[in-house]
Amino acid sequence: MNLFFQLPVVIQVLLKGMAVIGVMFPLAGACSMAERKISAWIQGRPGPNRAIPFWFSWVPVLGPILQKLGAFHLLADGLKFLFKEDVVPGHVNKKYFIAAPILAMIPALSTVTFVPFGAYIDLGGNLTPLILANVDVGLLAVFAVSSLGVYSVVLAGWASNSKYSFLGGIRASAQLISYELSMTLAVVPVLLWINAPGTAGTMSLSKAVEFQSQPGFWGGAWFAFTMPISALIFLICLFAETNRQPFDMAESEADLVGGFHTEYGAFKWSLFFVAEYCHMIVGSAVFILLFFGGWNPLPWLPLSSVAALLHITELPLLVGLLSIGIFLGKILAMLFLFMWVRWTVPRFRYDQVMKLGWQKLLPLAILNLLVTIIAIAVIQH
Amino acid sequence: MAVIKLERKPLSLAERTYLPQIVGGLKITLKHLLKPTITMQYPEERPAIPAGYRGAPTLVKDPHGREKCVSCQLCEFVCPPRAIRITPGEIAHDSPNAHVEKAPQAFDIDMLRCIYCGLCQEVCPEEAIFLQNVYSTTGYTRDSMVNHKADLYQMGGTLPDEHFKWDKKKEAAEHGGSHHG
Repeated sequence: MNLFFQLPVVIQVLLKGMAVIGVMFPLAGACSMAERKISAWIQGRPGPNRAIPFWFSWVPVLGPILQKLGAFHLLADGLKFLFKEDVVPGHVNKKYFIAAPILAMIPALSTVTFVPFGAYIDLGGNLTPLILANVDVGLLAVFAVSSLGVYSVVLAGWASNSKYSFLGGIRASAQLISYELSMTLAVVPVLLWINAPGTAGTMSLSKAVEFQSQPGFWGGAWFAFTMPISALIFLICLFAETNRQPFDMAESEADLVGGFHTEYGAFKWSLFFVAEYCHMIVGSAVFILLFFGGWNPLPWLPLSSVAALLHITELPLLVGLLSIGIFLGKILAMLFLFMWVRWTVPRFRYDQVMKLGWQKLLPLAILNLLVTIIAIAVIQH
Repeated sequence: MAVIKLERKPLSLAERTYLPQIVGGLKITLKHLLKPTITMQYPEERPAIPAGYRGAPTLVKDPHGREKCVSCQLCEFVCPPRAIRITPGEIAHDSPNAHVEKAPQAFDIDMLRCIYCGLCQEVCPEEAIFLQNVYSTTGYTRDSMVNHKADLYQMGGTLPDEHFKWDKKKEAAEHGGSHHG
């Protein structure tokens, strides 16, 4: 521990960043296998369960289990994406074609900087969030950086110089921009609630969790219970923002072949998907922090009381690990929800997506905002 | 034709939000998620082959272990894709089956040609060739796709015989009289 804190700050931050990316990247990769497995199970199939290296098949219990779960398919897929020929079609704009997947990865991996993923109790008894950059603009920064992701889709669509990619890019840009409005409006009530007049204003996500871990009936309630409409709008917009079914207009393989990634293959293609899963992870993290109590295991049961119950309040390392575990568990549950919905709800038509975004969600979000403003004004007076 | 006009009820607010329907759908998919999978793990698990299945043609022996084929070559002539090739041969004089006179010296069925039509089984006067339960014929070379006599008998095995035609013939020849009886 001390050795770590004696390192120069730049190296400390770099190490922390690498650690977070080291969790994010494999998690995003594992999501692709989870997606295949869940789709298989829902359809009554066992899913990928064959690949195993011959030397690993000798491991008694673990070997068959990992084989059944398709863990080695995941490795084989990853290796294939790395080593197969990376084709750049002749008709594309090469510079932008190569830039697009890189541009997809950068915002996807950098948003995690502003997302607290756990908390520990320091020596003074204060709950301190575990976060790479504990800035006051937290949520705003997440929105600002993650919406840059749309540029990669647009760029991929334009640079591919093909009709399907072009249409996919256009659709993605229109969809992402229209749903961002409702998403932001859905979050405003939460921020209004946690920024009581007279106190220092903040948009930090850990503040939102702090507000959901207060004692008392209203203090301990997660915002999903006190502001269900906000949570619902945010969740729907999250599906749209991450290009997930039923909103995956940008790909929509039925009418656009592959949408923006039609011309992509090999590693560049897989980068788009890792980026999509990273967006899903960060998106669900923000959703959980804002509406589902962050690292608090249950509503009305904050992390600090659990730590006190287990008598580990004085051990910051254990509390930190516990909070990260709870938070990761919630994220995994959200990722499962994403996949579960994908294999349940059919894809919307493009005009339905636009109609839903502009004519239903946006007015609802504005109405919700107005009602909450009035409610907050009544409560706080 | 009578026309029945249906009054379509306007959708309720809950229905128009789709959310109850989506929750219902999620319930159904969750039920399927928790159900055991139904896919057969093929090379380890094999399907049960129903009786009367028309798999690869095979040669059979009668319950006494005598090869039933007398190499009349009818199947060879009837075979539409000419998959069968028979080299007729004599049966040694000291064999207990010497009275049958003929048996195939070589009997080859090219499974790259066979169309599983079953005409060979239909035409065989000796009930010696049957399409049985062998459904997976694979090989790395063209030669390995040809089933030779030994393979055909191994796949065919022994089937019950109702007639024992040649035993009766032998008896009739030895004791006189008709073998129909």
